[in-house]
Amino acid sequence: MSSDGRGPVARTPALQARDVVAGYGEVNILHGVSINVQEREMVAVIGPNGAGKSTLLKAVFGLLPLRGGSVFLKGVEATGEQPDKMVRRGLGYVPQIDNVFSSLTIQENLEMGAFVRRNGVHERLDEVYALFPVLASRKGDNAGKLSGGQRQMLALARALMLDPVVLLLDEPSAGLSPKMVGAIFERIAAINEAGTAILLVEQNAREALSVCQRAYVLAMGTNRLEGEARGLLDNAEVGRLYLGA
Amino acid sequence: MATQAATQATLRDRWRDYERAARGFAGTTALWVLIGGLFLWAAVDERQLFVIGIIVGSILALGALGLTLIYGVLKFGNFAHGDTMMLGAYLAFFFLTGLVKETRRDTNIGINVSDLPGAGDRIGDLSFGYGFLLALVLAAVVVAAFSVALDRLVYRPLRRRKSGIVIFAAASIGIAFCIRSVLLMIWGPEPRTYVSGIVPKNDYPLDISLKTNEVFTFLVALGLTALVYFLLFRTKLGKAMRAYADNPDLSLVSGINTDRIVTWTWVIGGALMAIAGVLLGLQANLKPELGFQLLLPLFAAAILGGLGKPQGAFIGALVVGVSQETAVAFGPVLSDILEVLTLGLWSPDVHISAGYKPGVAFIILILILLVRPRGLFGGIT
Amino acid sequence: MRFERVATPAALFLVAFFVTLLPFERSGGDVGATISFLTVFLTTVAIYAVFVLALNVQWGYTGVFNFGVAAFFMVGAYTAAIFTKPPSDTEFVQYVGGFGNFFSPEFLDGGEWLRFLVGTTAAGLASGFLAFLLSIPTLRLREDYLAIATIGIAEVLRRVAIEERGLVNGTNGLVGIPRPLGGWFDPGDYKYVLLGIAVAVMVLVFVAVERGIRSPWGRVLRGLKEDEVLVAASGKNVFAFKMQGFVLGAFIMGIGGAIFGYQLGSVAPDVFDHFFGTFLFWAMLIIGGSGNNWGALAGTFFVWGIWTISLQLNGYDMPGAIQSRIFFIRDFLSGAMLVLALLLRPQGLIPEERRVSLWLDRRMRREKPPPPPSPAAVEAEAGN
Repeated sequence: MSSDGRGPVARTPALQARDVVAGYGEVNILHGVSINVQEREMVAVIGPNGAGKSTLLKAVFGLLPLRGGSVFLKGVEATGEQPDKMVRRGLGYVPQIDNVFSSLTIQENLEMGAFVRRNGVHERLDEVYALFPVLASRKGDNAGKLSGGQRQMLALARALMLDPVVLLLDEPSAGLSPKMVGAIFERIAAINEAGTAILLVEQNAREALSVCQRAYVLAMGTNRLEGEARGLLDNAEVGRLYLGA
Repeated sequence: MATQAATQATLRDRWRDYERAARGFAGTTALWVLIGGLFLWAAVDERQLFVIGIIVGSILALGALGLTLIYGVLKFGNFAHGDTMMLGAYLAFFFLTGLVKETRRDTNIGINVSDLPGAGDRIGDLSFGYGFLLALVLAAVVVAAFSVALDRLVYRPLRRRKSGIVIFAAASIGIAFCIRSVLLMIWGPEPRTYVSGIVPKNDYPLDISLKTNEVFTFLVALGLTALVYFLLFRTKLGKAMRAYADNPDLSLVSGINTDRIVTWTWVIGGALMAIAGVLLGLQANLKPELGFQLLLPLFAAAILGGLGKPQGAFIGALVVGVSQETAVAFGPVLSDILEVLTLGLWSPDVHISAGYKPGVAFIILILILLVRPRGLFGGIT
Repeated sequence: MRFERVATPAALFLVAFFVTLLPFERSGGDVGATISFLTVFLTTVAIYAVFVLALNVQWGYTGVFNFGVAAFFMVGAYTAAIFTKPPSDTEFVQYVGGFGNFFSPEFLDGGEWLRFLVGTTAAGLASGFLAFLLSIPTLRLREDYLAIATIGIAEVLRRVAIEERGLVNGTNGLVGIPRPLGGWFDPGDYKYVLLGIAVAVMVLVFVAVERGIRSPWGRVLRGLKEDEVLVAASGKNVFAFKMQGFVLGAFIMGIGGAIFGYQLGSVAPDVFDHFFGTFLFWAMLIIGGSGNNWGALAGTFFVWGIWTISLQLNGYDMPGAIQSRIFFIRDFLSGAMLVLALLLRPQGLIPEERRVSLWLDRRMRREKPPPPPSPAAVEAEAGN
């Protein structure tokens, strides 16, 4: 639930992927996956290793060619668009690794995030720094000197500079200490409350399900389950599938 | 108990970080001290050679600037750099004089920049007029366009294929030979100059005499270095170039048009190569084989300064220049050092002849790669 | 696929055809002259093939990007000259060595073969030693740094040869290098003898390298080119192996240099410029197909064939504008050929084979290929 009491708006989804088929080389990883994200919603995609979660994000964002299916952004077809077009149309993406410019300062990282933005860069910088006070205090520092958690925050902040409608996050908690994981998810929730819809791919299913409203469970490249996050947490089948409960 | 061990571990890590930083710092400091010592000795003991070294250095600086930019942004050691510089130099020659080589002698194509009124009138104490400057600008434009075209035809397909640096190096060497052959075809192997006639020297304090051309070259090198630095660190394009150098995939993900970044890099790099070549031609006779011979000192200068660091290219080039020119005076110094080290037993008559100048650049290159590959200003490895 | 299998043999055949046809036509149908010409051609091909095979060991197998082949070429040629020539008898020609007479004892009829054996071996050892010395500062460098370092070495050595006049007679170089087995044959027949010697050396090198590469030592070497980290993780001293590959390649280059000197009869610093001393061999290796020895041979034959053909074409009447520039045009085409090969056919005339052992190949060919995996099986794999 967002802070103003309004739940996710059930209209044309902000992001919709239908029957996506994608893969690497001769092998297909995804065999017709469908997901949708409403405006201001926070949706998780969980599943065992190799299920195709990261592949799904890359295919939606245009980093991988779509071998089947379609993608719709704000109701408009966006199948096969290149990443730089997707970014301009309101889709943000945070990769799992190598997600900051290590040799640039924090400020410069954010400026690069806003590269295609024509106006309002300064205002947006203020807004983003407000969401991440840790970064604001170290604007001139090189990104390479940041700790793992701070780097992840910067990665998120960079993607937010263009005020995306939907933000795609690829395993944001990967490689972080347990304390940092909590901090990151807390920030992600704050981003969602500020109005950005989030599609979150996570290995750490428990954490993901505890902050998201809805979730999909993927396995072997197909949809397995879908539903309210709380419900899935208790669901025995999910536990069996891989939570290792 | 566990937390005690943890704190000890973090302390150890931190100590290791300090140690590494200190060693790096010590290494760079040692280098700077060495350079400072060399410059001081040269300025005092071998002033004329020192001045020549600075001049040679400023010519090298222009070349190293372009090389370090291309290396820094595109991660690619361009072995065609020297020959592309010569291309720019010969194009300026062509625009200025309109001469190409027929079977036995030169023919004038007809129109050339010198035909413009007053184009040949010398500006102040310089040996050239605005015609030369016009020819330089034209050459820079052509070389910039050429570099972009080359990238589209050769380097971009290789990039798309994710070829290794060896393939790029080999391709650039092939292109270097092509350029050199074309220069030989059109202008022949004889030496070429922009202007004939004596160029006067002026006297400066401290017993230094310089041609105004040389001062001009130094100022241009300094100015362009500052410009490139400003570009990379204060402009949006420059920051995007650094971002691309840092992480091309993330640049794409951020919406940066990476193709355009690459194009601009070649435009600027190409222009720099042309200017470097032309100013070289101003001081020395042009011969097509100069291009390849320049590779060694240019790479040495760029690597010494730190790849991708414009200020590094400038300083590195000056160091290479001064070292090269004062090397001939090293002989007796080396003898003295050997005598001291062997307690007077061995003081051979060491004579370093001028032909060994490339050897100096080579030694600098090897030393830097062994001691501090990231160079003076910490460039990419 | 069809074109693939025909392209390489066709290219080689065309080259062979024109290399034979042109001199035949230009000499007015003189078979003897043509055979003579072809002999010299093939001798040069054999000698250059030795270099390209050595370069393949260094780059194709070990992964050392040596762009200063000219240095090892030069050291080999000069060393052999020093060991086979008698000492200088005038004050205008100065050089060290001149051991030729020492290794020509009468009772062994050594003037015809011993000193050449010694000289060639010494040439290989000298080159190998140079590589050994250079390993320490350069082998740990990244490939493009190694390239510029080796370019520098070649240039510096050339300068040393020029500047230190007492060393190898400066710019004038050494002339009058004797011929192996020269005294046993008529001067007119000698070229065939030299061809025999060159081909014998080439075959020897080829067999040695092929054997070496299939050995356990060779497999480690090949692993280095693929993935150094993996090799290091399996406990092998990466640096030692790299050095061995580098030194072995240099040793072979030294031998090649020796035979080159015997053929040419004289050596001077400008013979070993970057184009003829290094670039040409790289072009031959890349065009022929790096990573395999048959490719090295094919590339040498092809490139030198094209080279020779272009020289032959020079003999025909052509407009003066082209005539005077023929050498530059040829250089341009060499550079362009390399770039085109890298762009259009990077695997070369004979692509690198990916095989671990001959025995496995034969076994696999006898068995039927397994059916393609079902999608379910692939997912099961991916899910784990």
